[in-house]
Amino acid sequence: MTYQFMQNALLSAFLGGITCSIIGVFVVLMHMPFIGVCMSHAAFAGALLGLWLGFNPMIGAFAFSLGAAAIVGPLADRGELNPETSIGVIFSLMLGLAFLFMGLMPGPKSAALELLWGSILTNTREDIIVLGVVAVLVVGIVILFYKEIQATIFQRDMARAVGIPATVMLYSILFLTGATITASFSSIGGLLIFSLILNPAAAAYQLTYSMKRMFLLSAIFGVLSSWVGLLFSYLFDIPSGATIVVTSSLIFMLAVIFSPKRKVKRWQNKPLLEAK
Amino acid sequence: MRNSGDCAIDIENAVVSYREDIALRGVSLKVRRGEFVGIVGPNGAGKTTLLTIVNGMGKLLQGKVRVLGFTLAPGNGHSLRKKVGYVAQVQSIDPRMPINVREVAMIGRYGRLGLFRKPERNDWKIVDMALELVGMTHLASRPIGHLSGGEQQRVAIARCLAQEPEIFLLDEPTASLDWKAKTDIMELVKRIHDLRGLTTLFVTHDLSALPIACDRIVLMKDGFIWDEGSTKEQLTDEKLAQLYDLPIAEVAKRRREAALA
Repeated sequence: MTYQFMQNALLSAFLGGITCSIIGVFVVLMHMPFIGVCMSHAAFAGALLGLWLGFNPMIGAFAFSLGAAAIVGPLADRGELNPETSIGVIFSLMLGLAFLFMGLMPGPKSAALELLWGSILTNTREDIIVLGVVAVLVVGIVILFYKEIQATIFQRDMARAVGIPATVMLYSILFLTGATITASFSSIGGLLIFSLILNPAAAAYQLTYSMKRMFLLSAIFGVLSSWVGLLFSYLFDIPSGATIVVTSSLIFMLAVIFSPKRKVKRWQNKPLLEAK
Repeated sequence: MRNSGDCAIDIENAVVSYREDIALRGVSLKVRRGEFVGIVGPNGAGKTTLLTIVNGMGKLLQGKVRVLGFTLAPGNGHSLRKKVGYVAQVQSIDPRMPINVREVAMIGRYGRLGLFRKPERNDWKIVDMALELVGMTHLASRPIGHLSGGEQQRVAIARCLAQEPEIFLLDEPTASLDWKAKTDIMELVKRIHDLRGLTTLFVTHDLSALPIACDRIVLMKDGFIWDEGSTKEQLTDEKLAQLYDLPIAEVAKRRREAALA
């Protein structure tokens, strides 16, 4: 384990942790975990297609995840009460395609398996640049358009009614989700990527009534999970993607245990601690 | 004779679709500035669709619509939305949603601010005044998901006020609220209309939730405006019987037997 590898891994973990966890805030608050999972599996199928046919797996991953978003996005947009069936069908289709492509690939499947559980320790400079660009994009858009994002997350129809381009925001969020999944693939792997997106944000959700703070906490948990996970993976020589995800789950469990929102009912007659 | 400058809303033979159905089949309506119009009718009459045409969110297939002097055409609706405030039915809000009452009210100003401006002190002043007008100042820091339905509707009205609109649209604002909350909202809407002189359209399918303050009542049925006039003229047994396809005697009987007039 050379110094350069570790540096790359830490940087990847930092960038990936921030990006995934910020996207996670959208996934949690807009109640669209299934859409995110669908896109992750689509990206996985796309990446494997790339491996099989010999083109850059990242392009395949990006194209497929955006394709899934294009199908599943309008379902969410129209406020379909039960999009789960359609989403479930696409999800299983993607997983089926993924294993189909893996089976059709000639020779050893090691490259494919690496895409499954990630190999952050072999991240190249190119991987880091892609992660960096997506991180800047995601953080930049959240900061620049914070108020539009806040309104779109809260109530999309109402946001549209006051003159905010809520539909553009929704599709931008889906686009950024696809970009994040694609960029983080090589680090965390197709099967686990969604956990790093969901868990830090889900933990932050338990702990604050301020959306700004939720983004911040989520990012902190994301980076913490990534670095602690990396540390354990290095110390005990276990797969890094898996340790990162398990760490993020542990953080989530702690957040639930210590959550001030555990006993929240529909509305309270007695005064709560005032959230600032 | 009324000149067009007086006319806040001018709809001529509008045919409007909603999802896959034609919801308005040829509706004409003129609303003067500052008028308070109540819109009633059975479910599916097209009342909500009529509102979406006024705030530019509906799909106009045929006919002409001018709102605040602006002619609506396919695709140009969004600039109208900033000037039109819209309060819908109470929607269930996640009690853990990280946004408080004051922030929700501020959303009303986001459309006006535009994409790159952040809210400034003056904007917060307007928001705080709106919250005071609706009586929600004491709950300003409370997470919105912790409020009762009636309280959430008052915040929605504050959000509209913060928007400083020229037209005020309310779509079944009192649905699923208890009697006190219902009458609170009706009283608040009347007070705001008197104070700010906003052109107001109030849609309801619940006749007991219709404010007596309406200048005019419009009856809708099957995608058409069926009749319009003063409250006294329109809410007679005969008209209601035809509107709801019930025998007059039945209408009279049910009105007598309603526990609370």
